[in-house]
Amino acid sequence: MTTERNEPMLVEQDVHTDELLINMGPQHPSTHGVLRLVLRTDGEVVSEVVPHIGYLHRSAEKIGENVSARQWVPYTDRLDYLAAMNMNLGWAMTVEKLLGLELPERAKAVRVIMAELGRISSHLVAAGTYGLDLGSFTPFLYAFREREKILDLFEAACGARLTCSYIVPGGVTADLPPGWLEQCEAFLDQFMPTVDDLHAVLTNNAIFIRRTAAVGVLSAETAIDYGCTGPVLRGSGVDWDLRRDGEPRYRELYAGYRFDVIAPVDGRYPNAQNYPPVPREAVVGDSWHRYYVRMIEVIQSMSLVRQAIERYRRTDGPPGTPIKVAERLPKGEAYLETEAPKGQMGFMVIGDGTKVPWRVRARSSCFSNLSVAPVLCRGGLVADVPAVIGSLDLVLGEIDR
Amino acid sequence: MDAKSILDEIGRDHATWIVGSDLAAIDPWIEVAPDGLPEVCRVLRDWPALRMNMLHCVTGVDYFEPDEKKAAKVDWQPRVELIYHLSSLVHKHRIVLKVRLPRWKGGVEGALPEVPSVAGIWSTAAWHEREVFDLMGVRFTGHPDPRRILCPEDWQGHPLRKDYQPPSEYHGIRVK
Repeated sequence: MTTERNEPMLVEQDVHTDELLINMGPQHPSTHGVLRLVLRTDGEVVSEVVPHIGYLHRSAEKIGENVSARQWVPYTDRLDYLAAMNMNLGWAMTVEKLLGLELPERAKAVRVIMAELGRISSHLVAAGTYGLDLGSFTPFLYAFREREKILDLFEAACGARLTCSYIVPGGVTADLPPGWLEQCEAFLDQFMPTVDDLHAVLTNNAIFIRRTAAVGVLSAETAIDYGCTGPVLRGSGVDWDLRRDGEPRYRELYAGYRFDVIAPVDGRYPNAQNYPPVPREAVVGDSWHRYYVRMIEVIQSMSLVRQAIERYRRTDGPPGTPIKVAERLPKGEAYLETEAPKGQMGFMVIGDGTKVPWRVRARSSCFSNLSVAPVLCRGGLVADVPAVIGSLDLVLGEIDR
Repeated sequence: MDAKSILDEIGRDHATWIVGSDLAAIDPWIEVAPDGLPEVCRVLRDWPALRMNMLHCVTGVDYFEPDEKKAAKVDWQPRVELIYHLSSLVHKHRIVLKVRLPRWKGGVEGALPEVPSVAGIWSTAAWHEREVFDLMGVRFTGHPDPRRILCPEDWQGHPLRKDYQPPSEYHGIRVK
């Protein structure tokens, strides 16, 4: 319905003109950072897309071999800088896996609160900037207004808005300050109308649907083959979320919480009656579904934050004890993936008995999600390239590391 | 399926390619001979009981101690180790594959070690192997697009090698 390239009025498929190489980025607004795409086009149709990455490569893994595990936490902030809390969590839990640390319930509750707030803020940026990519300015303002409030909450808890370094191996750097939970609940109480506004201006907007439905359709098989994870995988109808299906160590963090994994199974979403309807034009695995999965996950995360606040109130004592800056790591290797907002973020740490890891590895979800972009864009229109790239919700800090 | 059963399943017909394992490790791993990697990977992906349909991560580790005093004390042989993290979305099990390579092919400094690419088995591998080539200096034979990915194409050396020395300048830009 949307890429009407079979309609002769719009695109003349039979007329072949000279091939043209178009360079898009690295300073293009809809590449969300410093991604460069080289498009090979014939008229309006894209025949090949070659992504070039590495413009934001800062040798994060090499730096990890020269600082202690605790000292590397601030570097994880700068991977997915739109969800620093989730990056901190992934690294902290990987180091804890190597050390064999178990955490008190209070630390787990604080971590769930922060991880889910991070997910909400990341998905808000995704939805807002996706609107910008497609020429709609209003949702960006709605989304960023609410995100500011989440960043205020982060600032109240740890002093930083973006580069939090709050969740560290062994626990969190400080307990929540007095009044924080009430401030957080006040945010959640007033937040739902904004989600409805976003649904009104994007989800069910006729122009938005025409730009995204049936554009960049990713089949479940291709998604798995390319290692796509997170909303990109679930948007293709694969019911998979590490919060439910991950390793025991990570799954335990969410044990006892009620939440749905948002993925269209047989074309239907769980509890679909509570959410905006799926338009007829949308096909499972297209850009619209990837966007929609994120928007519904925001609602799930709100519920998770409320449940975690309840748990937090039932506990006392300190939220864990952060490891020492010069903590020695035992010999061994540990790899752990967590469900970050953009997909499964994996960290690996290899200890050699000293305080500095022998090797540090960050497996980026966006890296794999971007690698499928050439498949999605091939044969589509030039104008659909931003629609597809935006729907993957990329952050180049995480891809280039 | 736990790591022991996965190892038994591969070992039934392909035991010759399995050169080591540690099932008691934090993440249990199986070591595969470089030449047998594609065959073992195909078994892992295709056998109904295994169905490892997702390759999460390919990465390399350089075991080399440039400091001579420390090198005398280490309890391992110098090598480059490749690590493949696999899981099955069908059966919800996971395994780690390892491949040991010499640091340099034939012991000649500067000659990159070689291993068959698995990009034809999981498409994820295409970009991950490019990254390992770029940063760790391992050549993947049969790779569809063997270019650097994060560093510029004319970059010299492989930064994650333990004996890597960064250049003092790159096209007139001070590096150190």
